[in-house]
Amino acid sequence: MTLSLSTPDFLIERNRDRCINCRVCVRQCANEAHIWDEEEQRVKSDDALCVDCQRCVTLCPTHALTIRKYPLEFRENANWSANAIKAIYKQAESGGILLTGMGNDQPYPIFWDHLLLNASQVTNPSIDPLREPMELKTFLGRKPEKLMMRDGKLVEDMPPQLELEVPIMFSAMSYGSISLNAIKSLAAAAEKTGIMYNTGEGGLHKDLYKYGKNTIVQVASGRFGVHPQYLEAGAAIEIKIGQGAKPGIGGHLPGEKVGLEVSQTRMIPEGTDAISPAPHHDIYSIEDLRQLIYSLKEATQYRKPVGVKIAAVHNIAAIASGIARAGADIIAIDGFRGGTGAAPLRTRDNVGLPIELALAAVDSRLREEGIRNQVSLVIGGSIRNSADIVKAIALGADAVYIGTAALISLGCHLCQKCNTGKCNWGIATQNPQLVKRLNPEIGAERAANLISAWEHEIKELLGGMGINAIESLRGNRLMLRGIGLSDRELSILGVMAAGE
Amino acid sequence: MKRVYAREEFCAGCKLCEVHCAVAHSEYPDDIIKAFLKQKVKPTPRVLVEENQPISFALQCRHCDDAPCTKACISGAMQKDPLTGVVINDESRCVGCWTCILVCPFGAVQRDAGGHKVASKCDLCSTNGGLPVCVQNCPNDALVFTDELWGR
Repeated sequence: MTLSLSTPDFLIERNRDRCINCRVCVRQCANEAHIWDEEEQRVKSDDALCVDCQRCVTLCPTHALTIRKYPLEFRENANWSANAIKAIYKQAESGGILLTGMGNDQPYPIFWDHLLLNASQVTNPSIDPLREPMELKTFLGRKPEKLMMRDGKLVEDMPPQLELEVPIMFSAMSYGSISLNAIKSLAAAAEKTGIMYNTGEGGLHKDLYKYGKNTIVQVASGRFGVHPQYLEAGAAIEIKIGQGAKPGIGGHLPGEKVGLEVSQTRMIPEGTDAISPAPHHDIYSIEDLRQLIYSLKEATQYRKPVGVKIAAVHNIAAIASGIARAGADIIAIDGFRGGTGAAPLRTRDNVGLPIELALAAVDSRLREEGIRNQVSLVIGGSIRNSADIVKAIALGADAVYIGTAALISLGCHLCQKCNTGKCNWGIATQNPQLVKRLNPEIGAERAANLISAWEHEIKELLGGMGINAIESLRGNRLMLRGIGLSDRELSILGVMAAGE
Repeated sequence: MKRVYAREEFCAGCKLCEVHCAVAHSEYPDDIIKAFLKQKVKPTPRVLVEENQPISFALQCRHCDDAPCTKACISGAMQKDPLTGVVINDESRCVGCWTCILVCPFGAVQRDAGGHKVASKCDLCSTNGGLPVCVQNCPNDALVFTDELWGR
């Protein structure tokens, strides 16, 4: 083997005055960056192996460890950044595509941070959510054109609806891409808080059927784990066309992650690669999509809403309009910051659209066409806090999907190494030794806490605006003002500038 | 009586229980760094993580109802407290004959490595009146302190 030109990304600093050589770090690092030196009877580290997941830092009982960016710097060059140079070294060694995990981390504009919310002063009263009722309940699904009543009853049956206590759902993450303990955490948290989690394209593990009423079952291009009981088990069905982290790209779960239980759940042989094709091979048009939507509705006797998930890409408004007309009850749009268990780096960092622009464009288009009532809009792709959610609802979303935020609540430190299967937090791994590290009882509590905390914050923000029901904020862009945005961006977002 | 039960399925094998147990029974129970770096003899934990990865779990004295160690003890040092049920070795009476080590069905009694010729075993942190430190410091709730007969 020739000399590798790669240098470490991180520096492990061990404070020898504090290190007691207890070896907790050695036992916890799946990357084997901490090593026990038998001869010296002390722990040493190999910086080159560190991914900065901070498992050791968090568990070190004496706080002896710090991880820093490796101080070695290339000669200053505004064009050739260290990342650009290192990527070439890697590819010159491997000849392969660069893979990564989680969402786009590049410094593109974050429009949430250029939107400001309104509040009531003098001319309308604000509301204190601790003293007065505040409604966040959300129904997803097609709404009738008008409500016809006779003798105090609806003439027409309501189309099937997905009922949420809070307009938040856990995004699709498959069993395979994340561990069963991670899914159990999210499923139990969804049940506890009255929201939904999503199976992703991983099928439904037998232990998870009991969470059916809080489950969205996904049908994706590989059709893994799809069978009649699976479709019946969930509260809604979602057809996955694309995801924000890798629009236009399929999925690939390597065979080493396909153990007995994953293989049974996905209905594929043990140890084989699970390859989801880039397109659905039976969908080449809106008409084809309509056939799949109605096949699924037929299979579940029109009792469950059927959604379609797409990545935010150019012409998103026209695509969403087509999906609405194909008969979808819910459209989920995933922005370019959306996470993933594995994606080609260049796709993740260069393909797609900011979700804020996509959402505004789609909501406006569906309104213009008079079909906004036919579908609910769910958006995802880096919702970071409750204010992002309030802004999303004001821009026109019915609810949001959170994936990365949910995983962070379980312990994820965004080291972006999901694809390696060595997740030290027991989330993005199938290694039984690592999966054990995530106790689903603790995970469920943490994820549920996050939802309730955000619920309180959303209520506070609504109250400040003098609004007592989330329904009154939906698509209410007058509650938003843009700051530091161009006229063109303001017009796409459909909001006035701050000060107007 | 309340005992410490291991939930093997959540044991991360980090051995923080051992670390904190060793500190709690050291000369510096409130200072982890001094306990390890200043005390002349390295403190010994009274809980041991048994492992054959991916299986691992912490094991300490089960404080048996019918504790064989108390019957085998030749000096009367090993006693089961009739009120609390905790089996404690009175180190002032222990002569280090190791009969208790021989009869313990769990291998939960060890020789004290601190220079005294006495048997060392879990006392459920009965002097602190609260949760045993191994339970308090388990990062994944893999140890529980409960009255129930866990897992039986």
